[in-house]
Amino acid sequence: MNNTISVPLKQERKSRLKFLLGELKPKGKVFTWFNVISLPIMILGLVLIVIRFWKGIGSITNLTQEVPWGLWIGFDVVTGVAFAGGAYVVTFMVYILNMRSYHSIVRVTVLNGFLAYVFYAGALLLDLGRPWNVINPIIGNGFGTSSVLFLVAWHFLLYMLAELIEFSPTIAEWLGAKRAVKILSGMTLAAVIFGITLSTLHQSGLGALYLMAKEKIHPLWYSEFIPVLFFVSSIFAGLSMVIFEGSITSKVFSDQISEKRHEDHQRIIHGLSKICAGAMFAYFFLQILVFVHSKNWEYLNTKLGYWYLTEMFGFVLLPMLLFYFSYKRNKIILIKVAAIITMLGIIVNRLNVTVIGFRWDAAVHYVPSWMEIVVTMAVIFTEIWIFRWVINRMPVLRESPLLANKEA
Amino acid sequence: MSIDRRNFFKVLGVTGVTFALGKKAQAKPATEGVTEFRAVLYDSTRCVGCQTCESSCAEEHGLPQPEDYPEVGVVRKTNENQRTVVNVYDTSKGEVYVKRQCMHCNQPACASACLTQAMHKTEEGPVTWQGDKCMGCRYCMVSCPFDVPKFEYHSANPKINKCTMCFDRLQEGKLPACVENCPAEALVFGTRRELLAEARRRIVENPDLYYDHIYGETEAGGTSFLYLSPVPFEELGFNTNVQDASYPALTKGFLYSVPAVFVLWPMILLGVQEATKNNNKKSESDE
Repeated sequence: MNNTISVPLKQERKSRLKFLLGELKPKGKVFTWFNVISLPIMILGLVLIVIRFWKGIGSITNLTQEVPWGLWIGFDVVTGVAFAGGAYVVTFMVYILNMRSYHSIVRVTVLNGFLAYVFYAGALLLDLGRPWNVINPIIGNGFGTSSVLFLVAWHFLLYMLAELIEFSPTIAEWLGAKRAVKILSGMTLAAVIFGITLSTLHQSGLGALYLMAKEKIHPLWYSEFIPVLFFVSSIFAGLSMVIFEGSITSKVFSDQISEKRHEDHQRIIHGLSKICAGAMFAYFFLQILVFVHSKNWEYLNTKLGYWYLTEMFGFVLLPMLLFYFSYKRNKIILIKVAAIITMLGIIVNRLNVTVIGFRWDAAVHYVPSWMEIVVTMAVIFTEIWIFRWVINRMPVLRESPLLANKEA
Repeated sequence: MSIDRRNFFKVLGVTGVTFALGKKAQAKPATEGVTEFRAVLYDSTRCVGCQTCESSCAEEHGLPQPEDYPEVGVVRKTNENQRTVVNVYDTSKGEVYVKRQCMHCNQPACASACLTQAMHKTEEGPVTWQGDKCMGCRYCMVSCPFDVPKFEYHSANPKINKCTMCFDRLQEGKLPACVENCPAEALVFGTRRELLAEARRRIVENPDLYYDHIYGETEAGGTSFLYLSPVPFEELGFNTNVQDASYPALTKGFLYSVPAVFVLWPMILLGVQEATKNNNKKSESDE
């Protein structure tokens, strides 16, 4: 790398282009089970998206005049963004609290968060009836400052930028641009502080979106505290995603992870389980306060009341206890199980507010069409493809080459 | 909320003028020059269910003519092709007709929900929609307590359809199409203040005929469509769960916390970062 300076500029550019073209080619086996399953779904999803833009949103969704937001908002955006919360929590721990032992998961978590925002917030474009006007609140063709959605839209945009800055040193290292690495690394702390502030507001903002739908959401899930509950739950939603994603990537990309990093990772999962248990305890306590405060006892002995209790005890209290005991006994497997239950619980919670509990008293309920589900899966698979592409090329999981040089 | 702000600026302006011109401005009443909200009073005791309002509305806005008619037991709803509907209900006082359309709230949830101000509360009172601003997110539909905005789900260039109180006609000095064509005089157009007085007068003069409530006086913070009925409003399919406070007020607390978080969070985070930096150095030197 050092001798690149002496090479004429033109040749350097040419070689960089060659490098980029080379990186575009697929690495690894083509016919893996994952590719065989995901590719047809992605192609089908693409076809459905074309139909949607040609014939309108109603052509592939089951949305109605009474239920204007369905799976694409309730799952893709609201749930997806909660899972992306790991990025702000981990950067908070590493850069603000200086818990350096968690440093090795920062890159992969930020990458995961960034891609989640790009894809799940990007899925929002599919749901917009007039997507060509999406820039209006940015360019000022109407600053709807009294709108929670205005805040959320701006935050998505700015947070994507903040995460891109946080991740950019990795990209610069991949391209071998040493000076850029230095400059971009210097911006990390600012981006982290900005990112955490934005996350606090838009994680809660996603809940605040539903505040005006007061009579439309089931009383067990509607309260003025939705924003606080959404924010607190995004902490353990994000960390559970970090645990889950980490245990999968460490298997799939085991060739990239050194022995030391592997041991680090076990310790990190162990530490995260304690934080999850703590955050979930706070959340559970808040939920009890909200329930007692809103005096909804009469709803408990109904079908949705049982569902509410299932969510609270089966998907919050149970994984919380599991996190705590597996932390005490140092059982990594059980921590992973707890993370999966927690993630299911987050899906259940977000869908309860946005889809299941929305218009709960209507005669006909909204159920997503198979096409909405296929498009959602296509979005998730595309994200995983991009994630894999980046992991295989950039120093995300493996030790950064520049750092390795320095140490040597 | 926008009304408060407007009034605020007006008061500010008047105060400024007072200071500038001295005693000259003193005699001016505070309300002079303030546009009062226009409104429509609908009296269901007078409505005969002839659907003239429906057909004149369709004609005015280039929408297809309605093909069904009010029927007991059938609740017709406004949709992407129909901005107003008349339904009939079998009530404790016999069959009663009732017309539905946008309520034109004083502080509309839809307009405060709109991130591009495509939904707009005009100074005159009607709530209108601007296609060049709207991004089709349908947050107005999620927020509206009366389920008024309707979306064209089967169009590649979908629009939001709702009653605009014929804002264009009002600008030309004409009445809304439904008001002008109502043969039974069930609809009256005027300022909201006048119409509230008129509605109260009718109730007082005919206490046996009317149920003692003006729907829209306090609902959702007050609306520009006011309803009189012979029976309690739940018998006419009205949403009586609607809160009396305005809907935008529900998000006020959250939105007010935003600037505070924006200023305080970075400060706190920086402070914590400073505080923990040294710990880290210590532990590094220990190693």
